[in-house]
Amino acid sequence: MIEVEDVSKHFGDFKALDRVSLRVNQGKLVALLGPSGSGKTTLLRILAGLEQPDAGRIKLGGIDATGLGTRDRRVGFVFQHYALFRHMSVAENVAFGLKVRKGADRPSKAVIAERVHTLLNLVQLEGLAGRYPSQLSGGQRQRVALARALAVEPRLLLLDEPFGALDAQVRKDLRRWLRNLHDEMGLTGVFVTHDQEEALEVADEVVVMNKGRIEQIGTPAEIYDSPATPFVYRFLGNVNAVPCSVTGGAAQVGGLHIGGGAVDGGGTAFVRPHDVEILELSPDLPQATIRQVIVLGPVVRVEVVLPDGTVLDSEVTREHKDKLKLRRGLEVSIFLRKARVFVGG
Amino acid sequence: MTSVPLSLLRRTRVASSVIPGFGLTLGFTLTYLSLIVLLPLAALLLKAASASLDQWLAVLGDPRVLSALWLSFGGALAAAVINAVFGLLVAWVLVRYPFPGRKVVDAFVDLPFALPTAVAGIALTALYAPNGWLGRLLEPLGVKVAFTPLGVVVAMVFIGLPFVVRTVEPVLQDVDLELEEAAASLGADRLQTFFRVILPAVAPSLLTGFSLALARAVGEYGSVIFIAGNMPGVSEIAPLLIVTKLEQYDYVGATVIATIMLAISFTLLLVVNLLQKWRRARMGG
Amino acid sequence: MQTASTRDPVVVRWLLTAIALGFLALFLALPLVAVLAEAFAKGWDAYWRALSGEDALPAIWLTLLVAVIAVPLNIVFGLAASWAIAKFDFRGKSLLVSLIELPFSVSPVISGLIYVLMFGLQGWLGPWLAEHDLKVVFAVPGIVLATIFVTFPFVARELIPLMEEQGREEEEAALTLGANGWRTFWLVTLPNVRWGLLYGVLLCNARAMGEFGAVSVVSGHIRGLTNTMPLHVEILYNEYDFVGAFAVASLLAVLALVTLAAKTALEWWHRDELVATGH
Repeated sequence: MIEVEDVSKHFGDFKALDRVSLRVNQGKLVALLGPSGSGKTTLLRILAGLEQPDAGRIKLGGIDATGLGTRDRRVGFVFQHYALFRHMSVAENVAFGLKVRKGADRPSKAVIAERVHTLLNLVQLEGLAGRYPSQLSGGQRQRVALARALAVEPRLLLLDEPFGALDAQVRKDLRRWLRNLHDEMGLTGVFVTHDQEEALEVADEVVVMNKGRIEQIGTPAEIYDSPATPFVYRFLGNVNAVPCSVTGGAAQVGGLHIGGGAVDGGGTAFVRPHDVEILELSPDLPQATIRQVIVLGPVVRVEVVLPDGTVLDSEVTREHKDKLKLRRGLEVSIFLRKARVFVGG
Repeated sequence: MTSVPLSLLRRTRVASSVIPGFGLTLGFTLTYLSLIVLLPLAALLLKAASASLDQWLAVLGDPRVLSALWLSFGGALAAAVINAVFGLLVAWVLVRYPFPGRKVVDAFVDLPFALPTAVAGIALTALYAPNGWLGRLLEPLGVKVAFTPLGVVVAMVFIGLPFVVRTVEPVLQDVDLELEEAAASLGADRLQTFFRVILPAVAPSLLTGFSLALARAVGEYGSVIFIAGNMPGVSEIAPLLIVTKLEQYDYVGATVIATIMLAISFTLLLVVNLLQKWRRARMGG
Repeated sequence: MQTASTRDPVVVRWLLTAIALGFLALFLALPLVAVLAEAFAKGWDAYWRALSGEDALPAIWLTLLVAVIAVPLNIVFGLAASWAIAKFDFRGKSLLVSLIELPFSVSPVISGLIYVLMFGLQGWLGPWLAEHDLKVVFAVPGIVLATIFVTFPFVARELIPLMEEQGREEEEAALTLGANGWRTFWLVTLPNVRWGLLYGVLLCNARAMGEFGAVSVVSGHIRGLTNTMPLHVEILYNEYDFVGAFAVASLLAVLALVTLAAKTALEWWHRDELVATGH
């Protein structure tokens, strides 16, 4: 189990982490998700001991590890650009962590060779033991880096943008592979990503970060379905963010009642495009005019304009579009299945 | 949104690097640098500062000193100009015109970096002496190289050539052929393309090479003293005069000349640096 | 590669190539040939006699001794400086880099002079040294010091950009895998910069063995005691023993050629592991 308590970190005037607290349970794979500069990599490096926090504590397995050096933390760290030792073969890279152990801790040559073999099998690189990093593809390097990190039997695996430098297809394959590998090994893992799809697909739990703070922690479904802050709404998936006013506990966007607001005042309403339903014109429902219809493969994006000029994006299916004969200029009615209002946001 | 300059992040992140050995290596570096370079240079400046104004004026007013300084700097300037022209030509040929043995010739350009200066000095002297291979050919034409200021320039050309070639060559390699094609498509002939497109692109590196060659030639000693003939007031270079003063135990004189040389050299390098900086700021690259 | 619009007429190419090669032949090749020609002007025997002369061997020996001391010291310095500069960030870094390059812009004669001013009889430490019967100037220590000064930047200037380019991730990776600082240095950093180091050492050594001006000032030219090979060349030359001078010079020329060849080989085979800067 990892516990991060009130950790802060500055780089000069820049606040990279601002009183961050976090708890990762044994065996979970957690994604730190956020834009660049959100502090996610800094947090990962602090977990690894590659960076010291200005304030706060790190506990690994219940023991305070704040002052502990990288060497003594027994964490596996997979660097964004892999940081493979360029003058060592794949096998030597994987063996490194075992070879540098001292005295009785150091396994015999045969044991090291055996372990390297096992790990290379695990990452499906049996045949490439003698190759050098420069002779490998990006995906292969990534797997060598992973095997090297696993060789020291870390209690915690940390990955910095593990798929960032790979092209789309390899990235997809590796993602699934990492997820399966994690399930098999039952290791606690934390990885950093700026790619929401990656975080939602691979992680058990997602930590959304912004400007050095944690915006929300939750399962992928929780994060996507009930974002806790406007930032999370904006960062995950497409969303309509429209200004609205709340009076008497009811929020209105261009005459459209969109739900309740706790406090009166101006605010922002967030509606996912697929929650904007487009119906045939009906007197009971608010009206809108279609401004644009764009077919994006299986889904159709429809831009509608409310009477007060507010523009909303909607996503409908192809069938729906064909059934209603949606086209530019058509008058329709809309219905918001789900919306969330943040006052002041 | 969060537009933290990445450079800032990286720079400062290193400050708290977990990599060990910072104190040890920086401490050793500073100690060694101080003992070998800074303290002895400070000793020179201290000695120069302790000289009286009269002593300074005596040295500065000595025509022999002035002519030696003039020769060192003037000769170096002439040699650097020659090297700028021929260095650019050599770099151009090496980059643009493939010929058999080009790689060997390319490697050979560094000879003056590797050949001890004394060896170069006696070799050039043997060549240009009145009875030498080249001196014999030049003598009937009335051209005297060895034991004249011209000889000084010849030695300085030898010593400075690689500086220009080595700084210009990589830049020339990077000049985008598309630029030249664009110039050609716009109607420029090759000569126009060279002077208006290529030369401006390599000019900063040419200036760097020029100043490196100049700085090296100003202080050059070994390759020059043999061929110079060392006639006071005519072909005596400033570094030799320092040696002469030292041999006469005139430490103050030697120090004053050395200080003047250093001051002029550093001013020159500073001007070149500022020029480059100004250019970069203007060109935005 | 080159297209019709960027190709020069054949005449121009030939002419420019001829001028460039002619210039190189005149200024570089001819002096080298002259050294060998003069050395063997009176045949093998004279050459051999010159090299086995009673003052030649001590000069060779001293040259080697000076290089054996100066080069390793500058290697240690170069490694320490590049580690501090490339792996960490601190204020005044660019000033430090400039100071390290400083000896390159100091005339060799001045490089010698500063040690005379420090350690000479009239120098700052001269009286104290005399009291303790220590001799630096006009003795081997002075020669070594002057040589260290003129070869000071060679290794560092090769390693600093190289290590900067390689970044810190591999070292960090080694640390996360449990290696300590020394092992990280020996197993990760040093192998990564080995060719760059060798490159710097080659140039450093060539200059250390060939330095003339700085060494000349501090040596005192005591035959058989404080004469290095380049100084010996000068003495023989001034005594009109041309065969002798050129014979010793030919050894130095061979050293230069070997250095050039090794340097070129490194550039050809390990270009991507060097920050090739020439000088």
